[in-house]
Formats: sequence, C-alpha cells, structure tokens
Amino acid sequence: MAIEWEVVIGLEIHAQLATRSKIFSTSSTSFGAAPNVQANLVDLGYPGVLPVLNGEAVRMATLFGLAIGARVARRSVFARKNYFYPDLPKGYQISQYELPVVEDGSVDIVLDDGTRKTVGVTRAHLEEDAGKSLHEGLGANSGIDLNRAGTPLLEIVSEPDMRSAKEAIAYMKKIHTLVRYLDICDGNMQEGSFRCDANVSVRHKGRHEFGTRCEIKNLNSFRFVEKAINFEVARQVDIIEGGGSIVQETRLYDPDRNETRSMRSKEEANDYRYFPDPDLLPLVLEDAWIERVRAGLPELPDEKAARFVAEHGLTDYDAGVLTASREMAAYYEAVVGALGGQAKMAANWVMGDLSGLLNRDGLDITASRVDAARLSGLLSRIVDETISGKIAKEVLEAMWDEGRSADEVIEARGLRQITDTGAIERAIAGVMAANPKQLADYRSGKDKLFGFFVGQVMKATAGKANPAQVNDLLKKMLAG
Amino acid sequence: MSLHLKSAAELGRGLAAGEYSSVELTRHFLGRIGQGNGRLNAFITVTGERALDQARRADAAIGAGRGGPLTGVPLAHKDIFCTDGILTTCGSRMLSNFVSPYDATVVERLAAAGTVMLGKTNMDEFAMGSSNETSYYGPVRNPWDEACVPGGSSGGSAAAVAARLAPAATGTDTGGSIRQPAALTGLTGIKPTYGRVSRYGMIAFASSLDQGGVLAQSAEDAALLLEAMAGFDSRDSTCVDAPVPAYATQLDRPVKGLRIGIIREFFGEGLDPATGDAVQAALDAYRRMGAELVEVSLPALPLSVPTYYVVAPAECSSNLSRFDGVRFGHRCRDPKDLLDLYTRSRGEGFGTEVKRRIMTGTYVLSAGYYDAYYLKAQKVRSLINADFKRAFADVDVLMGPTSPTPAFRIGAKVDDPITMYLNDIYTIGANLAGLPALSAPCGMVGGLPVGLQLIGPHFAEARILAAAHAYQRESDWHRRVPPAWA
Repeated sequence: MAIEWEVVIGLEIHAQLATRSKIFSTSSTSFGAAPNVQANLVDLGYPGVLPVLNGEAVRMATLFGLAIGARVARRSVFARKNYFYPDLPKGYQISQYELPVVEDGSVDIVLDDGTRKTVGVTRAHLEEDAGKSLHEGLGANSGIDLNRAGTPLLEIVSEPDMRSAKEAIAYMKKIHTLVRYLDICDGNMQEGSFRCDANVSVRHKGRHEFGTRCEIKNLNSFRFVEKAINFEVARQVDIIEGGGSIVQETRLYDPDRNETRSMRSKEEANDYRYFPDPDLLPLVLEDAWIERVRAGLPELPDEKAARFVAEHGLTDYDAGVLTASREMAAYYEAVVGALGGQAKMAANWVMGDLSGLLNRDGLDITASRVDAARLSGLLSRIVDETISGKIAKEVLEAMWDEGRSADEVIEARGLRQITDTGAIERAIAGVMAANPKQLADYRSGKDKLFGFFVGQVMKATAGKANPAQVNDLLKKMLAG
Repeated sequence: MSLHLKSAAELGRGLAAGEYSSVELTRHFLGRIGQGNGRLNAFITVTGERALDQARRADAAIGAGRGGPLTGVPLAHKDIFCTDGILTTCGSRMLSNFVSPYDATVVERLAAAGTVMLGKTNMDEFAMGSSNETSYYGPVRNPWDEACVPGGSSGGSAAAVAARLAPAATGTDTGGSIRQPAALTGLTGIKPTYGRVSRYGMIAFASSLDQGGVLAQSAEDAALLLEAMAGFDSRDSTCVDAPVPAYATQLDRPVKGLRIGIIREFFGEGLDPATGDAVQAALDAYRRMGAELVEVSLPALPLSVPTYYVVAPAECSSNLSRFDGVRFGHRCRDPKDLLDLYTRSRGEGFGTEVKRRIMTGTYVLSAGYYDAYYLKAQKVRSLINADFKRAFADVDVLMGPTSPTPAFRIGAKVDDPITMYLNDIYTIGANLAGLPALSAPCGMVGGLPVGLQLIGPHFAEARILAAAHAYQRESDWHRRVPPAWA
C-alpha cells in the first residue's frame, strides 16, 4: 500500500511597512528612485552615525499585533544580526531576535470545503531591509543600490500549521488582506513590498514529529509560492521514497524552470552572532499608548464579513469575496447605502459584471470606470423596472466604455423597458401569427415551447419588454 | 604671563575683555604646534586655515557683543570625532583616507559655542589602547618625559594640552581613555554620565560604554567645555533628554560635609606605593576641608577588567564590520573577489590590537559561547552597577587612584596585552556603570603626574566638578606645566 504523505508548511512573510521614512533614518522609502539617491549617511553606515527608531513603524507593527489578537510586548529589544555582504552597509542588520514586538497571534482561513482553519502566528518583529546588488549592464562588476537599505519590514512568522500549498496561499492572502486593511503595507508584490519564505517538510500521515525542512527564499507572488511548494513537496517525497533523506538547507525558487535549487546547507549557514544593539534602547510600549493604537483599528475583514452575513443576509462565500479587499467592501457598501438595501443584488453585480469588467481591463476597484454611485444608479433602474436585469448588463458596459450614467445610456439608446400591456399584447399577437406550427404544437401539449415564445417576444421588443408581464400575457394568450 | 599658560576660562575672559584677539591666540597656538608637534606627535591633522577662519568669525562675534565664555578659545579634537571636510582617521590606516562629510554633534556644539578647532589629535587605533602606541600614526610622547607614554586612548589630546599646544581638547572614554591619559599628563579630564554627551559622529568602539568628554587644565575649564558639548541630541537614541546644568556656576559648592567613599578595592595589590601615597595625601586634604571620609567596599569591582574585555570587544567586533573596503576607507589593491576584498582590506587596514579585539569579540558572541561569555559579562555588569548603587546610597562621591602607576616607558608593555589592560583597572567600573568620573592631578612621582579619580552618581557631574575645583583651590598640581613646554 502506498504511503500517504502529509505536508507541513510554515511561512515567514516580509511586509514592507508603509512609513514615509526609513526605520532608522530620515530617508524616503518611495520606490523607483535612481540608485542610492535615497540613502543618507545612516543608511550608508558611515562612521559615527547612529540609528533612531521611526515611531510610525512601531505603531504599524502594534496595529498588526492587535489585529491578529496577539500579545504586544511592553518591552522588546532590537538586536544585531552580523554578517558581511556588500548590500548590508553596517555589516549587521538591525532586527528583533529574542524579544519581538508581537507574539502569539492567529488568523482564520477558509478552506475549499468551506471549513475554517486557524493558523497560528508565532511572532512578528520589526527589522530593516538590506540594499540590492545590481548586475545588469555593469559588465564584470556588480553595483550596489542602497535605496532599499533601512526600509522597515515586519517579518510575520507563522506556526507550521499549513498542510498544503493551497492552505499556505489562503494564509498568505489573508495576511495580505489584513496588512492592506490596516493600511500598513501597500501589498505590492512586484515591487517586493510583500514577499515570503516558505519552510516545507513532509512526513508520513499520522506521525507527530516533523520531517527535516527546507526553506525556500524570496517568493514574491502567490502563484510562485504555490508552485514552489508543490515542486518542493514532490522533490522531498521522491528523495525519501528513493531511500534518501532530506538535508536541511535554504533553497531558491527559479520561476523560469519551476524548480527549487540549493542555496546553502545548514553547515554553511552563517553564525549571525546576535546580540542586543547597544545603539538602541529597549522598545518600551505603555498600555495607554497601545490603547490609543487600538482605537485606530479599522473594522477587520472577518468582522466585516460577519456583519455582511448578519445584516445584509449575504452568504459566507459572498461576504468573504467582498471583504477580500477593503476597497471592494467599501465599494459594495456604498452601493448598498445608495440603494437603501438590495444587498444581494448589489453583491452579485459587484462580484459579477463589475469585477468582470475590472479584470478585463486589469483595473483595481479604486480605478473603476463606473463608481459606486453610478452602479447604484443603474441598479435602481432595475428596481424601479425601468430596465430589466438583462438590459442592465448592456447598460453597464456602455457606462463603462462611454463614461456616462445609467440614465444617460438608457435614454440615448432607448432601452427603457416596455411595461405597456397593449404594446406587449401586440408583440405577442405578431409572434403567434408568424409561428402557426409552434402555436399548434404548444396547444397540443408541448409546454416546453413556452420558452420559445418568450424568446421571440423579447426579440420582437429588442429585449425591452418587462419579462414578468411577458410571462403573464403569453400564458393567457397562448391558452387561446 | 604667556598666552599658552592661561586656562581656557582665563583666555575666554581675556578675549571678552579685548586683551587679545582670537586670531592672535590661534596663531600663537598654531605656532606652538608647528614647533612642538614633531617631538610629541600629538596631532594627526592641523587645520590652520580653518582655525584662522573660525578665529576671525569669533573676533567679529566678540566685537558685536555676541561672544560667550568660550568664543574664540582654541581647542583640539580627538580624531575620533567626525569633522566635516577634514580627514578623520580614528588613528587607523583603515580611515587614513577618510574625509568625513559631516560634523559630530560635539564638534558642531563646540563650534556653535565659538571655539576654534586647531586640529585633530592622535589616539590609539579606534580608541583601543591605554598608551597611544596602537595608533597607525605612531606613538605620542608624554611632555613630562618624552620617553614615556601619555596614556590612551586620548593620548594626543592629553599631550597637546599638557604641552600647552592647545588650551583644552576633547576626548572619549570607553574604559578610561580620558581619565588615564589625564592622570598620566597632569590634566583634569572628565567622562560624563553615559547619555550626557551625544555619540553622534563619534566613531564607535563599544557603544554601550563610549562617552565623549574633555581633557583640560582645570575643573573650571572642564565645566565650561562640558556645558557647551553636553545635552540632548535626537540623533543619538541613548542620549538623555535632561537639561544641562550650568556646571561652571556651580563650582563653588562647599566640600564641608561631603561624604567621600574611599574604594577599598582600589588600594590593594598592583597599586604603586608612591602613587597611593599621593592619592592618600589628596584625600587628607579633603578631610582638612571638612569632608567626611568613609571606606566603602565594592566587591564586584575587581571583575570589571574581565567583564570589560568581553563586552567591549563584542560590541567592537560588530561596530567595526562597516569598515569593509566597499564604501569608504582603505581598500586593498586589485581585489580578486568579494572575500579577497574583505579579508585584505580589513587585514591591511586594521592594526594588531584592533584585530585582537575583533577576534575576541567575534568569539564571545559565537553560537555556543554567547551564554558563557557575553551573557555572563552582562550579569556581572549588573552586579557592578548594584555595587555602585549601594555605595551611593551612603556617600556623595567615590574616590581613589585613576591609574595604578604613573606614565610608563614607550614600548614597556606593548608585548603584554594583559598588563596593558590592567592599566584601566580603576577606570573601567565607571564605564560599565555609566557613571560620571573625573581625574584631577594630585601629585608627582619621579617627575611624573599622578591622578586622583572622583566618581559620582548618574548625572552628578556638577558635584564631582565642584569637588575637584575645591581641591584645585587648595593645591597647585593642576597649574604645573612640563618644564620643557612652559
């Protein structure tokens, strides 16, 4: 009998905090500047300079801790992680080691079968980012860009609670959603603002002890995380089933070849010689300050989703989709607010047609060409029966493309719904006259042809006839 | 009286009264440096033009009635302080080409007080040494006996002031680097409370111990200069946000009734008897002035040398990692690859003592050794702290010798680091506990000065300065100038 394998995954997510200046210097953190223009003497590690902690980074880390129900440390300590590398100007990275600012939190994820799972967050700590080595266009030389050096990072370390790549992605997306709700990270994965390392191991199902793990470094898209984990799991299972054993090591994922490659083994690992940074006093947070930060917590995605279910009557699934981003939820709520209800319809339109158009044009909801007020304008025309739902789809596309309101499109295109009984009766009579055979068949018992007649009437009225009235009148007139 | 025999305070008063100009004064000291530095090697860089520029501005300020007590007074800066546009070597080949792009806070504040910078003084490499023999720029000679060391690491500052090549100088003290050279050259040197003076722009040796201060001719001068350089600086997180008292106006506090604790552990084996006698004579003088002397014991204090030689190297091993040949400082010729760049640049750029401490520090922080060394040392450090705290519950100030012996001969201890390290046996405690401490001259042994050390509770600089000042009103050791330099 084949052995059943269980996958064990823990993630270390690096979220770049959205502070305006660096964690220990006054340099700007904005992305895309020419190399080294955003590196001052502190970032360059000049002789005699000293780090000064950015309070905004502490507030953001605290906010995150409170949002995941973690313990926010009243006293935490910055340490030095010592190693030599050209993109590390001081020869050490300032990070939190023994005493991080956030400990023992958790987030809930929803699995494919709809069940919830709680993933533990061991800790989250503040640290500075390193610079970048540049190789392109420099011939045999390497360049160093220290713009990124000193950018504040929150390293969020999970428990090894995830059992599949899918769970890992769900967790990573949840953290991604959360940091954006909290407005502490822009979540931009292309620019490296949100990236992760994955610790992966496998074991026989039912065993308690963990297998030997490998760490896959620097994954900067959800897709890569999934592919890298799946590749790594297959690699480890192959080795073990072939009689080999896993070597604890750090591996790099190569997206071009879809494989992970060894970077360094445990034996080659640096001895980082961590010790408390004597240039920085321990970070002491007072209860009153923490409470002030707590007062600034926005409604979190899980709370918001629960409210959408309880107050709006949405399904768990719909509430989950709508709260995946703070902006999407805000858009949806604005539509519901303007409509004064009709939550289910609003939800369907936001998740359906609107999202379709956004995806088609690659736009974020904040850049939607139809804003919440205009979408609610459109939906109110369905509610007051000016147009049908079907016509509304056409109207939305026109609104999107032409930048006009629903009423303008309806007027310009003459899409107002036909509710005049006489006009609908005349259209039905015409259809019956044009289709004598189908009429005879229907009257001899072929009920299924009812749909055919509905279609013909809608066609004859260019889709504008009120569908409910068409139904009622057709039934009467077909019966003869 | 010749200008160079006046104290900084006297020079300030003379400038204010228009008895001479800052330009005259500056020329006078630049002339003395020109004549004497070849013998003493006290200065690494002399900044004549800039000094005259600053002097002219000082004269203008005095003329406009905008002068303060130090406006126009020349002084020298230890070459550990970064000075904008001026070579800042830290006594090392590693920084032999480093022109700092900014001023240290201390330099900035003393310039704002109107002082004139004559130049940058020699020092032990990266402040690691007690004799000024580890400098890449060669040893400094003691003006009292040129065959002897001036002490270290602020040896250049000490020699410059002792020989009156400068009225006063800045220094830094990590384990005694202001007080021991002050003692060995007959000066008054103060290391303030940790956090009293900004470390911004002061090239770090051991961050939790380093503190800037002054080497001067008297307690009065030290008070004036400390007042100008101390105070909160938002660029140094360990700098304390507390107002700076007007030290110079508090010098006349009476000694009568002062409770002086005599540290028993400082008078045992290893203390040169003649040095001990000189210190005892000074203590007797305090008794005559009405102070109350009590013996106190700080049992953990004898552990301060081994504790220091774990903590300081640990911090230095990390602090000196930035000197890697990549962005500034010495870079080896034609590096083959990254590792070669690192190993040769650092191998060539650092001297033996610096390498010894980097290696020691790297070792004590290594996985598997951290608890046994670094963590243990931190625990002993808290014990030493607790000893001082207990002592200060009973006494106002602690006193004892600054250094176990007067100045020793150049070369006498270079091959024996342990003996060299023991030179700082009485000074290290104050650094480990972050306490303000001062050395004031209290006698001569064989033609060489002896220092009395005064240690106060945190932020009691005014108290130890006043105590030293009271002694200096009753004695003239601080007025003595090496005969060859008078």
